Amino acid sequence: MAELLFEIFCEEIPARMQVRAGEDLSKALEGGLKKAGLTVEGAQVLTGPRRLVFTADVPARSPDISEERKGPRVGAPEQALAGFLRGAGLTDISQAQTRSDPKKGEYYVAVIEKSGEETGEILKALIPEVMTNFPWPKSMKSGSSAFRWVRPLQSMICLLGWDVIPVEVGGITAGNSTEGHRRHGRGPFKVKSFADYQKTLEGKGHVVISADARKELIITDARKACAAMGLELVEDEGLLNEVAGLAEWPVVILGDMDPSFLELPAEVIRLSMRTHQKYFAVRDPKTGSLAPNFIVVANQAAPDGGKEIAKGNSKVLSARLSDAQFFQSEDAKKKLIDYYDKLDTVVFHKKLGSIRDKAERVAALAKELAPKVGADAAKAEQAARLAKCDLVTQTVVEFTSLQGQIGAQMYLNEGGDKDIADAIEQHYKPQGPSDSVPTEATAVTVALADKVATLFDFFAIAKEEPTGSKDPYALRRAGLGVLRLEVDNKLNVSPRWLFETYAELAYPSLDYKTDYASSIDRLEIFLQDRLENLLKSQGHRYDTIEAVFSADFQGGVGLSHYMWRERALALQEFLSTTEGEDLLAGYKRAANILKAEAKKGDLPSGAPEKPSAAESLALYEALQAAGPKIEKALESEDYTAAMSQLAILRAPIDAFFTHVQVISDDTAVKENNLRLLLRIRDTAQRIADLDAVSAS
Amino acid sequence: MAKNDKKPLSFQGLILTLQNYWAEQGCVILQPFDTEVGAGTLHPATVLRSLGPKPWNVAYVQPSRRPADGRYGDNPNRLQHYYQFQVIMKPNPANLQALYLGSLAAIGIDMDIHDIRFVEDDWENPTVGAWGLGWEVWCDGMEVSQYTYFQQVGGLDLDLVSGELTYGLERLAMYVQNVDNVYDLVFTEANEANGTPEVLYGDVFHQNEVQQSTYNFEHSDHEKILEKFKYAEAECKALLALEAPLPLPAYEHALKASHLFNLLDARGVVSPTQRQEYIKRVRDLAKGCAEAHVATEKTVAEKAWR
Repeated sequence: MAELLFEIFCEEIPARMQVRAGEDLSKALEGGLKKAGLTVEGAQVLTGPRRLVFTADVPARSPDISEERKGPRVGAPEQALAGFLRGAGLTDISQAQTRSDPKKGEYYVAVIEKSGEETGEILKALIPEVMTNFPWPKSMKSGSSAFRWVRPLQSMICLLGWDVIPVEVGGITAGNSTEGHRRHGRGPFKVKSFADYQKTLEGKGHVVISADARKELIITDARKACAAMGLELVEDEGLLNEVAGLAEWPVVILGDMDPSFLELPAEVIRLSMRTHQKYFAVRDPKTGSLAPNFIVVANQAAPDGGKEIAKGNSKVLSARLSDAQFFQSEDAKKKLIDYYDKLDTVVFHKKLGSIRDKAERVAALAKELAPKVGADAAKAEQAARLAKCDLVTQTVVEFTSLQGQIGAQMYLNEGGDKDIADAIEQHYKPQGPSDSVPTEATAVTVALADKVATLFDFFAIAKEEPTGSKDPYALRRAGLGVLRLEVDNKLNVSPRWLFETYAELAYPSLDYKTDYASSIDRLEIFLQDRLENLLKSQGHRYDTIEAVFSADFQGGVGLSHYMWRERALALQEFLSTTEGEDLLAGYKRAANILKAEAKKGDLPSGAPEKPSAAESLALYEALQAAGPKIEKALESEDYTAAMSQLAILRAPIDAFFTHVQVISDDTAVKENNLRLLLRIRDTAQRIADLDAVSAS
Repeated sequence: MAKNDKKPLSFQGLILTLQNYWAEQGCVILQPFDTEVGAGTLHPATVLRSLGPKPWNVAYVQPSRRPADGRYGDNPNRLQHYYQFQVIMKPNPANLQALYLGSLAAIGIDMDIHDIRFVEDDWENPTVGAWGLGWEVWCDGMEVSQYTYFQQVGGLDLDLVSGELTYGLERLAMYVQNVDNVYDLVFTEANEANGTPEVLYGDVFHQNEVQQSTYNFEHSDHEKILEKFKYAEAECKALLALEAPLPLPAYEHALKASHLFNLLDARGVVSPTQRQEYIKRVRDLAKGCAEAHVATEKTVAEKAWR
């Protein structure tokens, strides 16, 4: 085995791309080496702001391969032999060997010897291929070269054992030397092995080559620097990953700012620090609130101990926070509702009017929906109008991700109602499968109304439905939001009612049948698909979900998503019991007989008559009793009760199948038996389409 | 440790130093373009010269006008008229990053004490259909330059990649001189021998900010400006539609249209939807100029004046 050391050295790689690039490089090189017949041991990849490094142990050359290609039997026609020779690259059949097989007899084989290749040669072909096709999210050309890389490529090291492999890529030839940190140890440094490379760079070169090591160093030093001042670091994994990709020689510096900035909302401060400046926030462990400090990670150990760096960064942060303060005080000159009219200048969508138009529609639905959620109608309506107002404040224009939060803050500051403020803040929620769901009635009402409006507007008016991978208006997320709001809050509101009510309030001039009934149909199916996905993602059985949905569509009940989910879960629960399993088996048997009989001719119609055989009579009576009880349970939406009524049928069905010959020679008896089976099927179908459930 | 004890550069000293530095690297030192532009990039020496197969290395100062950023001379950081220093090296040399860092050293930034970083920032200018990859360059967390490798200009792929460096001169000078208010920058140092006084940035430009802001926000006649916009647009199109198109004067009219749109925008008479539309109209003009320029250049002989 020989050690391979490969370094790609280039200008600064965007921090967000480094780790992924390391994985891609490692995968492509390992895959390529293995494909060439080499074993790869101890592969390791390291990434940093200016370099990607791959090292592994590989054999010095790939093994010789002897391959046998099967040919026709001895004495096969001339044509077959000629084809075999051509395919195997032989000129005469004497070059082939023969093998024998008890079944096939004597036949020809061509033995093809492939000699191995020097690993260096393999690398010379593999590396350019890997780099030329590298999956950077964005890549660029440089100078007059056609080669694309994330930023201009500067140099490469390619060492196999002690030897330089002069791989050529983009006009650069690999050698055995690299550069270190720009200020602390530029080099160039010649290296002999990975151990030497690591030692040289981390020593004279002042480059911590492992991203994990840089992260560890930053977090440890940052905690220490804070603790030394009696403070505490506000930890932030995403930011840590980013800053570890911005420094080769990370040095943590604690900076400070004017404490008067702490009057700004904490989120504004943290966001300014994080997104614009890549600083960590610092808090006072006693009060839990932000301290007038920050942690900046510099890329060098300055001879003045980082004083100038701290001062400069503090100045930049001050300028940012002064801007934020200015925006806040400008915004506060008006009440939140005074921004409502300005929403008219922001286009929601060209076919859907302005944000103000949308807010007005949402407010109308929120007022109507509020009683069903247990919210105050006037509050919900007002909250819906206020919810979008902060979008045109200067603070939100500058800090977009604080939408909702800023509005809520402004409203509270002007002495507004707490429920309404919560609704303003939370109405965008839930933003995804892991985001929290509002629970307070006003917030739930506005959040739900907003999403229902968005879905209807895009499906029925703008005609922009998500297709395949395209969902530019995030309607799938809105759909999932609707479901999670309904399910988590146990809202028993039918989706059809929501969309129809919204349509009548928002678009009174439109006609139900001609203009949007079909859109609502599609919305129902769209949401059903989302619910199915949601339940599946929560680990529930696929087939029971199907079973419940198709039963409901047959019944045309128009259930709420909450009840749908309850049904699916109750069915799943029931089917996991012995009774459930047996009942399912009985149902399937009945259904199979009916299917077979239906092929022979029409099934008998009408209700079963009272049979005389004991087991048939018992089943008949059990069905007669269960039917109304199931209906009653369904009416009161007590799905578990309906299910237990179904469970009672298990014994009579079993007894029936054990003792009664269903397909009797007596036509009248047979027909009545079939009517009983039909009754079993119809009764069960009221609850779930058990055909959709797979028998375990 | 040895801090830089030399007196920091004046504003004009900064410009002269950058000009000398880049002249030494082989750049043509041009003077500002004489039409209002929103950024140094828009100078034809960048937009048009970055197209086509001919090498081109240039550096120049460009006054940039952003009417909407005016603050009547009241804001210490915001100006409606400011200077950018622009460098184009086409094709970008392999050591451009090192040359750039050399320019920071030349203007007196001690990079042992100050932390320089290249932070991802992909640049695009939709009005001239241009984009590239590069960085914001940070000095102690402050953006001091934009560094871009052009990939497309005027919607056209480039034969040679240009490296573009843009220095915001006022901001850089504020950093070098350590002042918090742009108007306090030393523009020109006193000369004791001749008895000429020190001149501050505010002495030169404060009144200009006050009056131009007042004009841009209160007195500009948007109906007439709209007419001028339409005229510039028509003129640009007409020059491109000639049998032998004239892309250079056409491009000047595209720039005028762009500035007139900025004036309308500052006056607050452009709705968000209209804004997209105006930007598209200007982009179409710029794109037409770029295409015509590439086509025309092919027909022009080397050293045609001989």
